[in-house]
Amino acid sequence: MLKKIVLGLVLTCSASVALAQEQKMGGVINAVIQPEPPGLMLAMIQNGPTQMVSGNIFEGLLRYSPKLEPLPGLAESWTVSEDAKVYTFKLKSGVNWHDGKPFTSADVLFSIEMCKQTHARARANLVQLEKVEAPDDLTVVFTLKQPFGPFLGIFEVGSLPMVPKHLYDGTDFKTNPYNNAPVGTGPFMFKEWQKGSFVRLVKNPNYHVKGKPYIDEIYWQVIPDAAARSVAFETGKVDVLPGGSVENFDVPRLSKLKDVCVTGAGWEFFSPLAWMWLNNRAGPTSNKKFRQAVMYAVDRNFAKDVIWNGLGKVATGPSASTIKFYTDDVPKYDFNPAKAKALLKEAGYNGEKVRLMPLAYGETWQRWGEAVKQNLQDVGINIETIATDVPGGNQKISDWDYDIAFSYLYQYGDPALGVGRNYVSSAIAKGAVFNNVEGYSNPEVDKLFADGAVATPDSKRKEIYDKVQKILVEDVPVAWMLELQFPTITHCKIKDLVSTAIGVNDGFRDAWIDK
Amino acid sequence: MLSFVAQRIVKGAIVLLAIIVLNFFLIRLAPGDPAVVMAGEAGAGDQIFVTQLREKFGLDRPLPEQLFLYVKGILSFDLGFSFRQQTPVSKLIMDRLPATLLLTMTAFAISLLLGILLGTLAARWAGTWADTAITVLALVFYATPLFWIALMAILLFSVALDWLPSFGYETVGANYTGLAHMLDVGAHLIMPAMTIGLFFMATYTRMTRASMLEVKRLDFVKTARAKGLSDNVIQRRHVLRNALLPVVTLAGVHSGTLIGGAVLTETVFAWPGIGRLMYEALIQRDYNLLLGVFVVCSAMVLIFNLVTDLVYRMVDPRIDFAA
Repeated sequence: MLKKIVLGLVLTCSASVALAQEQKMGGVINAVIQPEPPGLMLAMIQNGPTQMVSGNIFEGLLRYSPKLEPLPGLAESWTVSEDAKVYTFKLKSGVNWHDGKPFTSADVLFSIEMCKQTHARARANLVQLEKVEAPDDLTVVFTLKQPFGPFLGIFEVGSLPMVPKHLYDGTDFKTNPYNNAPVGTGPFMFKEWQKGSFVRLVKNPNYHVKGKPYIDEIYWQVIPDAAARSVAFETGKVDVLPGGSVENFDVPRLSKLKDVCVTGAGWEFFSPLAWMWLNNRAGPTSNKKFRQAVMYAVDRNFAKDVIWNGLGKVATGPSASTIKFYTDDVPKYDFNPAKAKALLKEAGYNGEKVRLMPLAYGETWQRWGEAVKQNLQDVGINIETIATDVPGGNQKISDWDYDIAFSYLYQYGDPALGVGRNYVSSAIAKGAVFNNVEGYSNPEVDKLFADGAVATPDSKRKEIYDKVQKILVEDVPVAWMLELQFPTITHCKIKDLVSTAIGVNDGFRDAWIDK
Repeated sequence: MLSFVAQRIVKGAIVLLAIIVLNFFLIRLAPGDPAVVMAGEAGAGDQIFVTQLREKFGLDRPLPEQLFLYVKGILSFDLGFSFRQQTPVSKLIMDRLPATLLLTMTAFAISLLLGILLGTLAARWAGTWADTAITVLALVFYATPLFWIALMAILLFSVALDWLPSFGYETVGANYTGLAHMLDVGAHLIMPAMTIGLFFMATYTRMTRASMLEVKRLDFVKTARAKGLSDNVIQRRHVLRNALLPVVTLAGVHSGTLIGGAVLTETVFAWPGIGRLMYEALIQRDYNLLLGVFVVCSAMVLIFNLVTDLVYRMVDPRIDFAA
């Protein structure tokens, strides 16, 4: 017997109430996109800029509220069987692709098969999927091998975009001409891409949500220099600076300008968490006491207040406070150089050289690297900074050729999706960038993450994740630094730009301009 | 003359091939490859994904085989496929080349015309306050980093005065046509072209001034003066023409390198040119695209060198093609 867990329509109504102000039709939004996306086919390219643009063109079966509750997307409702192994999605009727063909369950089945081949994260998310069936044009039934707690959390547009079967089936995906002129079901249609300058999207007049979108066009403008992006915003040439568009030290200045609005919302799903990889295999960082000393030696509040201009939050452990099953009931590491020195002594550290690799993502990250270097030197660690560009850094990390290296990763709303991958032994694989590259291995942690993914109900999952967070924070496999905040800066005339947990990555379907 | 040109083309082709082979290995010496970059951007901790990408890009094959396939493609004018951008490299380059040519040729014309003019005036007024003023101005533009000039120009002309657009090739969304479009592009072109142009102008000013002062002292100038020729004619026909030889040499070298050398200016002003394309290809380790840009830039340098040699012959008829 099926038990109806969530009726999406109810949530749709409550979401609509939130957007209560009288919307106005028409207008153009100029937004910054940086770097230029390599392509717009979301099922094949999953980098940030691609999702930011293509989140307007493509859609997923579900969307997510800032509290990470599923909202209807292309699926209008869903039910879960009592054994939590069968998920039945009812698709919205009357949805068409931009070329006029109807969107059906066959497209869902095809998208899943395609993403399994081309989308690394989707492939990992679908690992518990036994089969997927389409009993009719508007119904899709997912059957899992065993219950998978975060299953309802894998359907946002970037994680599992819906692809038109009639345009991709039987083609060579990588050279399909629609990769550069994508056809989706979203609120905006692809119109033009002048490489190096802009991507132009226009309103989908037949969008399946009546009355939306409100605006006529979006120009995603490519401006490669951070200072030039600030000037473009200041001079009114662009209206939207998505998170990370300008250097952090420019945010306070821009925020104080007249008619400028800033929001940190819209990152709840991704919850970017910054940390330093600590190589658990060899050298001083292989010693737990040394790693704990690093946690005590680094002044993370200074980093937040000075380097990140007060944006973000000091991390307490492997989970960001915005994702499910977070707990702060874990050992605490305050800034305590004396304790760090004592731990280094206990660890038997004898002044060996330790390589520190900052992240080559611009000025803020370079400054952070310098501050940490100073903190670590102050407690007597012999630090050598390694300078590299992004590909060089990724190569070193994936080859395990580092001692301490900065990074930040998305958490995707649930520890089973975006946390466990960095700590379980099965994710130790040389040659890939964002798995367990620190080489931490603890059978108890492995078991807890494995159990947590498939446990039911959520209270059981919480119990498991509380325990694993405590163990990890005690062991310090990596040095957690900050829950990052990437503020979206807009001219205040732009309203309701951010309405879900993935913010501007979810398209501008609710946005309007108060003229 | 034809045999000279043919000879140079053959030599040029050999040089180009050497450049391709050298660059092919050089860019692979840098740590990181396109598969690692793309896996990183996708947030993928999945080794299968990286392996799949390497297979797709042909990076799993032995290097000599990769080189052979690349050179074979070049011989049939195929610059390969940018897997990152999912587009043929030649299309990516051809889309960007016009913008770069417009920018660099405008900058080149500005720098050459102003440089020769100011250098001539400085030489003519050598030792006066005007000479000092021109020399100091040239020194300032020569010594100031390009990016600083660019940022200051943006602050003054875009932010403070609001006279000129701060970025881009045209006003996005304005959809101008005809003359309005030309004027719009012109307005966007002024700051980046001047930024590049002023640096090279300084070089040509100093070179022209020094060269003219040197030529002025030579015997044939004294002879011309003894023949009773006017100062203007001596300066124009005898001094300037001979003094221009080193300037032409330098301009030939610059014109080629300018094609790929406007990276900084194109980045600051968001000019959609080939310099930016090259920089992006480099940081993304987009091997085929990077090599493609190198091939085009190298070919341009070779072509401009050939043109320089031909111009040499026109400026100085004593130079013999056979030599």
